[in-house]
Amino acid sequence: MQIFVCIKQVPDSGQIRVHPVTNTIMRQGVPTIINPYDLFGLEEALRLRDRFGGQVTVMTMGPPMAVESLRKAMTFGADRAVLLTDRIFAGSDTLATSYALAQLIRKAGETWGEPDIVFCGKQTIDGDTAQVGPGIARRLGLSQLTYVSGIDDLDMVDRKILVRRRGDHGVQVLRSVMPVMITMMEGSNEIRRGTQADALRAAQAEIVQWNGAAAGIEDTAMCGLRGSPTVVKKVFAPTARAEKAEKIATGTETPAALAETLIDAIFTRQPVLQADLLQQAATH
Amino acid sequence: MKKELSERFQRYRHVWVFVEFEHGKIHPVSLELLGEGRKLADQLQVELAGIVLGSGRAELDEAARAAFSYGADVVYLADDPVLANYRNEPYTQVMTALVNAYEPEIVPSGRHGPGPRPGRRRRDDAKTGLTADCTELAIDGERSLAATRPTFGGSLLCTIHTLNYRPQMATVRPRVMAMPEAQPGRTGRIVEFKVDVAEDSIITKVLDFLPDTANEAEQMAFADIVVAGGMGLRSAENLGLVRDLAAVLGGDWGGSRPLVQKGWIPSDRQIGQTGKTIRPRLYIAAGISGAIQHRVGVEGADLIVAINTDPNAPIFDFAHVGIVADAITLLPALTEAFGRRLSVNRMAS
Ligand SMILES: Cc1cc2nc3c(=O)[nH]c(=O)nc-3n(C[C@H](O)[C@H](O)[C@H](O)COP(=O)(O)OP(=O)(O)OC[C@H]3O[C@@H](n4cnc5c(N)ncnc54)[C@H](O)[C@@H]3O)c2cc1C
Ligand SMILES: Cc1cc2nc3c(=O)[nH]c(=O)nc-3n(C[C@H](O)[C@H](O)[C@H](O)COP(=O)(O)OP(=O)(O)OC[C@H]3O[C@@H](n4cnc5c(N)ncnc54)[C@H](O)[C@@H]3O)c2cc1C
Repeated sequence: MQIFVCIKQVPDSGQIRVHPVTNTIMRQGVPTIINPYDLFGLEEALRLRDRFGGQVTVMTMGPPMAVESLRKAMTFGADRAVLLTDRIFAGSDTLATSYALAQLIRKAGETWGEPDIVFCGKQTIDGDTAQVGPGIARRLGLSQLTYVSGIDDLDMVDRKILVRRRGDHGVQVLRSVMPVMITMMEGSNEIRRGTQADALRAAQAEIVQWNGAAAGIEDTAMCGLRGSPTVVKKVFAPTARAEKAEKIATGTETPAALAETLIDAIFTRQPVLQADLLQQAATH
Repeated sequence: MKKELSERFQRYRHVWVFVEFEHGKIHPVSLELLGEGRKLADQLQVELAGIVLGSGRAELDEAARAAFSYGADVVYLADDPVLANYRNEPYTQVMTALVNAYEPEIVPSGRHGPGPRPGRRRRDDAKTGLTADCTELAIDGERSLAATRPTFGGSLLCTIHTLNYRPQMATVRPRVMAMPEAQPGRTGRIVEFKVDVAEDSIITKVLDFLPDTANEAEQMAFADIVVAGGMGLRSAENLGLVRDLAAVLGGDWGGSRPLVQKGWIPSDRQIGQTGKTIRPRLYIAAGISGAIQHRVGVEGADLIVAINTDPNAPIFDFAHVGIVADAITLLPALTEAFGRRLSVNRMAS
């Protein structure tokens, strides 16, 4: 089977710093990682390939340096990688991004065979909109299964797939038909280490790079800033609260004495809460 | 780069809120959005509509009643077996048909876990913009929706407009907007919408639904009192101190993101920008530094109490009451003292 996995290179979340004066993001020197949510899809893809045979292709749209993330994905065992990179994509919002990725998937499908499954992450840790996966599915006419917590069965003859999907108050058991776009729930699996052989192969692999034209994108008005309906008008820092915290002085008091002082401070500020708590305690 | 709104899009009027419900339960985020939508509609002098989709008239009428009492002037209601369980295909199709037929100006929708969200799929059919996870919705001088959202994990805020497309779409997480006051008895118009989606055309079938027996963590976002722990607690075992205090207060508990990453707490107990937004009456943060990504998830609390050993921890910049102390010794003392004060009352009454 052919499985495509969309991954996004994102700044390592713990390490984003904002310039204290200019309020701009300091990207220099910030390490990048594969969006953590994408690894659940990648692992699921590798498992399916191991079971049913076929190939796993990882793909991303981003700047040239995004090859690092693709190479990393290959060390886990992906068979090939393709990068879509072009100036025309700069400033893409989610609508323009899903357009570009849908075109990339079309082209990759023509080149290596139509995908049976496209995995996307549930969301990213930077843009964090959770819109791109469904956007791709919509454009390619794929059925979509989001928040999947497990793939229970897959029938390559009838092309049916049976999954569990997390709902608000329970789990749905769903049956759908391939080709399908799937986003996996976090925690549904754990990315493998990858073998020595995979690491070697990844280091030597030639990663396919396409620009817009190579991916068959003719309409540049659909791309980048021009193709993005959302416009960022203003960027600003959150305002500090004018009033500072009431600090409870601590000296040599015991924890027990401190606790009493703290409770007094809480109840002084929230007398209604105090009354409600007492009421609740009395009636239980 | 000023974009002009085309003549066609200038026709778009009214504010729409999709009323989510699953298995008879209306999601509170829809009510919060009706409250917010009411303000936008008043400012624009247009109607606020609730969109109620499902199967089974009794359940739909109840959802419509709720929409009216929380501010809707009109409810667009579609009752069809194809809408029985949420599936994005039929919901998107119906939502698209509705939008094309009635041309709304602004469509905010909820974003939370996995529940129904035709919002973002709609965005692709409509080829319009969608601003995700907004914390503020306002109308600017040119009748344009100014949607503000945290960016880069909350270290900055940005205001995003959808300039030359309609409708303008936005998603908002639960508890970000205040719950409006219900006005029981308030009524409005119901417009029935006939669904033209054949079950045969829908590829995905719901075979079964296994309800959660006790999804307690789901409740955390709505608890009156939340106690949370951070890295300052130093071990998974010490989270027991947080749970004990929450229990004595009849509240719920959670934690900062590193605890999830360490596997000390499940991800649905994470509080903050990439976790849950909470709006409790009392929030007690123990051993949490107060990073901006955490702050945006708790700022709506009525009273924020911070316990931290570092007098310069950022959490003291937004807590109402701060105490520089070791949480590991203070938490059990607090549990004990609260327990004693509350049980005294029990004996007295
Ligand atoms: C702080 C911030 C806020 C933003 N806010 C908005 C907003 O409100 N509205 C809006 O329209 N745009 C917004 N954007 C732009 C948006 O992030 C970009 O369009 C981005 O390319 C895709 O969106 P996402 O990161 O939210 O991805 P999501 O939709 O969260 O990603 C879901 C999955 O799609 C796949 N995917 C996403 N991007 C790529 C890629 N480049 N290559 C391969 N696979 C990919 C991955 O599998 C990913 O896990 C914002 C960007 C930033 C940095
Ligand atoms: C994109 C992005 C999204 C994020 N989303 C979230 C999110 O949703 N939620 C979230 O919480 N974080 C989130 N983070 C992480 C966030 O930036 C912080 O790293 C995190 O909140 C820090 O957790 P912490 O305060 O528990 O740990 P630390 O920052 O390590 O702070 C520990 C604190 O405990 C204090 N302390 C130490 N010992 C004691 C003691 N004995 N008693 C009392 N205090 C003590 C220390 O003084 C310190 O202030 C996100 C980051 C990014 C980049």
